[in-house]
Amino acid sequence: MKPETEAELAEMVAGLTEPVNIVGGGTRGITGPAATIETVGLSGIALYEPGALTIVAQVGTPLARIEAALEAEGQQLAFEPMDHRGLLGTGGTPTIGGVVATNISGPRRIQAGACRDFLLGVRFVDGTGQVVKNGGRVMKNVTGYDLVKLMAGSCGTLGVLTEVSLKVLPKPEVSATLAIQVPDTTTAIRALSAALKSPFEVSGAAYDPQDGQALLRVEGFAESVAYRVEQLKSVLAGIGEIAEVSDSAALWRALRDVAAFHGKDGDVWRISVKPSDTPDLAARLEAKQTLFDWGGGLIWALVPNGTDLRARLGAFEGHATLVRAEASTAETLGRFQPEAAPIQALTNGIRHKFDPRGLLNPGLMG
Amino acid sequence: MEMPRPNPEVLARKQTVVSRLLRVLPQDAVIHDPAETRAYECDALTAYRCPPMLAVLPSSTAEVADVLRICNEEGVPVVPRGSGTSLAGGALPTADCVILGIARMNEVLEVDYDNRFIRVQTGRTNQSVTGAVEEDDFFYAPDPSSQLACAIAGNIAMNSGGAHCLKYGVTTNNLLGVTMVMMDGNVVEIGGAHLDAGGLDLLGVICGSEGQLGVVTEATLRILRKPEGARPVLMGFDDNEVAGQCVSDIIKSGILPVAIEFMDTLCIKACENFAHAGYPDCTALLIVEVEGSEPEIDYQLSKIIEIAKRHNPVELRESQSAEESAKIWLGRKSAFGAMGQMNDYMCLDGTIPVSSLPEVLRRIGELSEDYGLPVGNVFHAGDGNMHPLILFDANKPGDLEKCEAFGADILRLCVDVGGCLTGEHGVGIEKRDLMTHQYDPADLEAQMAVKDVFDPNWLLNPAKVFPLDVSEARRDAQIAAE
Repeated sequence: MKPETEAELAEMVAGLTEPVNIVGGGTRGITGPAATIETVGLSGIALYEPGALTIVAQVGTPLARIEAALEAEGQQLAFEPMDHRGLLGTGGTPTIGGVVATNISGPRRIQAGACRDFLLGVRFVDGTGQVVKNGGRVMKNVTGYDLVKLMAGSCGTLGVLTEVSLKVLPKPEVSATLAIQVPDTTTAIRALSAALKSPFEVSGAAYDPQDGQALLRVEGFAESVAYRVEQLKSVLAGIGEIAEVSDSAALWRALRDVAAFHGKDGDVWRISVKPSDTPDLAARLEAKQTLFDWGGGLIWALVPNGTDLRARLGAFEGHATLVRAEASTAETLGRFQPEAAPIQALTNGIRHKFDPRGLLNPGLMG
Repeated sequence: MEMPRPNPEVLARKQTVVSRLLRVLPQDAVIHDPAETRAYECDALTAYRCPPMLAVLPSSTAEVADVLRICNEEGVPVVPRGSGTSLAGGALPTADCVILGIARMNEVLEVDYDNRFIRVQTGRTNQSVTGAVEEDDFFYAPDPSSQLACAIAGNIAMNSGGAHCLKYGVTTNNLLGVTMVMMDGNVVEIGGAHLDAGGLDLLGVICGSEGQLGVVTEATLRILRKPEGARPVLMGFDDNEVAGQCVSDIIKSGILPVAIEFMDTLCIKACENFAHAGYPDCTALLIVEVEGSEPEIDYQLSKIIEIAKRHNPVELRESQSAEESAKIWLGRKSAFGAMGQMNDYMCLDGTIPVSSLPEVLRRIGELSEDYGLPVGNVFHAGDGNMHPLILFDANKPGDLEKCEAFGADILRLCVDVGGCLTGEHGVGIEKRDLMTHQYDPADLEAQMAVKDVFDPNWLLNPAKVFPLDVSEARRDAQIAAE
């Protein structure tokens, strides 16, 4: 099914008789029932006010179109959404709805916040076919409960998004990246952490063990970036050899999209943890390859097919999501980290209220 | 303000409830003498008062859990209270409720600079969270004007903002995790020092739920390294519209100040008399603050001043010293108090799209004349969060009602131009009955469905957020379940 309007979508959902998979651009590897509702027909930028830092768009609007509109005004989506196509081997065109539904954020999340932090308002059709709105298009809004955050990252399980409002930010004039040569994960996290707790506003903090480099990005106007780069060099002095990387933009795009794993065989996991726990946890992964973002708080792990990584990690503070695997592995292990019983009871309760018939991406999130 | 009729069966069980509570709490933590419960009869929205049946002051999460379990079993409504600084009546009691004051729980539990978070008990005040880390040059970003007194518990309940959230976001953007006690006494842990939810973002919906989903007793908060420096510039204009255009031009220029504050004539005068900050005598004043090292500040301010000059300001002045900056901010943060010295006031909190600023200010001026009540405007201009302060005389019959009607007109105006009823103070009781102007029945139903899941008996912070007639069926069901 491919609705062209919100009203049409509402009617389709109300008339559903079997479970459906909600599909945006189909790039993020969200699999589900054979029947689908595709949102690409709901497309277009409804409003863009650069002076108010806000954009409102239908969910099927291609992400590239939104980014181009922002670019023309020197603005951007500051949470730097990842493009999953290279990692997952998917085709299609990423949509803004897909970004929001999966709450996808890139390296700048560590400084600017996640997709959910920039989401100002939503319209969606719940599992009964009812149209619901929450939030709006203004930057500060505490009117009633914040269902906006609840919908971000709910992967279509609470309703089908139709329209989203987002806060945007000015695009920085320039960006620079420092690479610090480090011998191991512990040293890398120490370097990233030292930079992140400095006043020099680091907007990217990653570590690629393949080449043993801790990477730090600074963005802003030219004089400020030059100043902060120098200051960071002295903060990091003594940890390892420091060099400035020339093509900063391409480097962070590659980190954002986990290019290091593209085309390589194995399952891909994404683990969110407290950065100081990372070295220990990383040692337990026995991964084929790893990549660290968010100051070490985000671990990407490439492991042999079928690995039960959660069993290997045991109890830890945080969560592990299975991003890429055979359908059978995903089915056995579950894509999302199982939650503690009382939390599971709350999420089940909410899901039952929003989708009482259990028809929207059922079972996807547990 | 209409409040639900107190449940006589609950009132009749007062002694039973007191004795059960005394079994789990120390003597001095259960307040049941009407002379003492009166201290909890209102919050900072002083126009509405109602002494609670009881007040309790637990000292631990376990004690909070005991209190809630008992109240749940006895069918007693519970009104959680931080420091009682709500401007929306968020902590206004009902006559049959137990006030659960969190003030005794104010410890710092953990400070972790490497991972950049602090874990506190939520009775701790906003300012003392920063106080716990500022020696090491860190701070907690959300800075509501009441930050000296307001508790983190209330900040989480209302998703509080502040003057500097243009850059740093509001509470929800700085909250990493909570320990929360459910109405049935169960304790849940949500989030933590790691980023993002593993499943549904429950933390996101708890923040800003006005104490209606659970009682948050501990919070993990993001702390940030203090910038090397900060400096405000004052800009005076003789026209609101021009000031609004200047704000928009600054934002579009690509420089993002940490704060852009706006004051109109009435507020400028009141604040100047109060803080002697050297505010110019003009129609519209902007305080624009930027951060960074000295050269970074100079660079940003030079660009901002260049933009301001295009709008022919009547005054343009950079702060020359830390003392002067402090005075400039003291004036702004004292706005409510300073206006309060002139008369009684009601403070509103609607947000509008920044582009509607001139139109909304013009309409407010017209309404002020229609109602015959003066209004001062002070607000966070960068994000469109307005704080019109309507002056009235509480002792003059009919003035409060007139003020309420005026306020409601302003808030409806905010919604009509594409904004919302409240940007950072919360709905409470104050804006409860206006919710239907912003939301359709289905929108409210979806929100109430969340409450059904967390608090099926609708006992937590009753009669707030949702219009009484909209929530009536659910509250009736709760009383029937007795």
